[in-house]
Amino acid sequence: MSESPAKSVMQDGLAFERPLNELQQKIDELRKLKQDTHLDLDGEIELLEDRKRRETADVYSKLSPWERVNVARHADRPLTSDYMQLMLDDFVELHGDRVFGEDRAIVTGLASMDGVRFLLVGHRKGKTVKDRLACNFGCAHPEGYRKAMQKMRLAEKMKLPIVTFINTPGAYPGIGAEERGQAAAIAQNIYDMFELRVPIVCLVIGEGGSGGALGIGVGDRVGMLENSYYSVISPEGCAAILWKAGDKAPEAAEALKLTSKDLRRLGLVDEVIEEPLGGAHRDPKGAIERVKAQILTWLRELQATPIEELLAQRYRKFRSMGQPTSG
Amino acid sequence: MAWTRFGKKKDMPGGLWIKCESCGAMLFRKEFEQRHRVCATCGYHFTLPARDRIALTADEGTFAEMWPELCAYDVLEFNDRVPYGEKLVATRKKTGENDAMVTGTCTIKGIPCALGVMNFTFLGGSMGMVVGEKIALLCEHAAEKGLPVVLFACSGGARMHEGAVSLMQMAKTCGALTRLHRAGVVSISVMTHPTTGGVTASFASVCDLLLAEPGALIGFAGPRVIATTIKKELPKGFQRSEFLLEKGQIDRIVARAQMRDELARLLAYATGRDPVAAFKPAPVPADAAEPVAVAAEAAGKKPKKKAKKDG
Repeated sequence: MSESPAKSVMQDGLAFERPLNELQQKIDELRKLKQDTHLDLDGEIELLEDRKRRETADVYSKLSPWERVNVARHADRPLTSDYMQLMLDDFVELHGDRVFGEDRAIVTGLASMDGVRFLLVGHRKGKTVKDRLACNFGCAHPEGYRKAMQKMRLAEKMKLPIVTFINTPGAYPGIGAEERGQAAAIAQNIYDMFELRVPIVCLVIGEGGSGGALGIGVGDRVGMLENSYYSVISPEGCAAILWKAGDKAPEAAEALKLTSKDLRRLGLVDEVIEEPLGGAHRDPKGAIERVKAQILTWLRELQATPIEELLAQRYRKFRSMGQPTSG
Repeated sequence: MAWTRFGKKKDMPGGLWIKCESCGAMLFRKEFEQRHRVCATCGYHFTLPARDRIALTADEGTFAEMWPELCAYDVLEFNDRVPYGEKLVATRKKTGENDAMVTGTCTIKGIPCALGVMNFTFLGGSMGMVVGEKIALLCEHAAEKGLPVVLFACSGGARMHEGAVSLMQMAKTCGALTRLHRAGVVSISVMTHPTTGGVTASFASVCDLLLAEPGALIGFAGPRVIATTIKKELPKGFQRSEFLLEKGQIDRIVARAQMRDELARLLAYATGRDPVAAFKPAPVPADAAEPVAVAAEAAGKKPKKKAKKDG
């Protein structure tokens, strides 16, 4: 994606992918050559594959926070729609907030997976240009958050657990969004999610952009994919404000401690779900399998817990985040 | 989420005169302070420091502060140009406050309540672990004692230096308010200039009653962010209290001079007391530039309407 020469080296947060992609290209070329010429190239291919594995592991173990942000935004990274397609046996989409409109930036519907039924709520970014525009690149309006809550209330009535997929740069900043109470819609969701009498599982699968993420992010279990990020503000926004320079985003990403490892260390998420070698975009199927397994495990655990206890635990969990000192 | 947008504004000069941020009128400082920082010419409500707000709201001598000792620490080892730890120490020294929130109990016109006031002078009133914790503690205390809660919001949003820890204070405060709600206790949020970002998107918007001071900037995204995103000029009065009232987002706009009376009146309804006894209006200055409807209501007048019979 970011191969455009106009972009500076700093801005190209995916520069580290280039040598890996070049290795892959070589492997592909050798494979093609082998097919065309029937030469015995297995040894060379195996050697290159091995080298690629080692280098990928090496590169990905050393990614800077800014590089991880760029992996989280990678064009090939699986989106909510990919998870739905590969994970679910059935899905009934339910539209609209019953008040103002239908926001395509958040998808909601009844889902079935390996015999387990739940309500799925997820940010939707879109695959094609047209889709992306329709979804506002995953930036939801108030009606999106209100739709989510309206369907979550339905799940509560149907006694279905809720699974949310978080992947947004942030809630949409616009005139209409403000007119219709963007802040209030997010606040109300956060508030109501503490009261919903069904288990809630939240997964940050890419970008966990601030209040826009938290608006569907209060759950009994909160997980993050290894290369996703969760932050109070985008690195670019933070850099513009504190460094007075948008190009200091890498420094801001570092300072914000927004990687999955950081969030886990700070006790803000329950689990980091490891991605396949070289990120979820290299092996979407593998990544989705892991997420699916985690959801099933959690739902089993949570459904065995009495609801009053679950609600108390849900509150205690968020209540304990960020404990000040006494002088 | 950015508190520095507002924090960058020049501190008020220490001179005799002060220039109105809104209309540019020169105001005599002593009179300006007497009017609780409301412009005599245009009615613009300047940001009020937390201690002044408490003095103006609580009955004299009744405010008992709670948890003043709570302090933030540099949980992320955040370093932009100055390490956050150093920034905290310097700001504490400069403001004489430990963080951006003052909480406690008091009476307002004799009605006991729990009061929380944000302090904009402390890093733009940004919400970090201390603000979140104090609100949660206040709500829990109030739920236990059956005290209604009044929260004055004044903040640029979440405190970036505490990263996702500050983000989670949105959840912490909302969760605490659900507990208060379950206890059947009423909460009142007063949004003052400015209330934006994570504060608007959490506790300030989910209280039972939502009030705002006139002309306060209230919103999720800052106006500059929106203007940059949509590449259009913003409509006049956008994200101001009057705009929010028009759009059905808040219950009432209350001028600073009437705030104490209005709170007492609402608290009376909320706690089974006589609102007429609680509501003895303060004199409205003749030259006050408040919206007519607000002033009329504050004076206890109600627009006369003939009752129409149904069907």
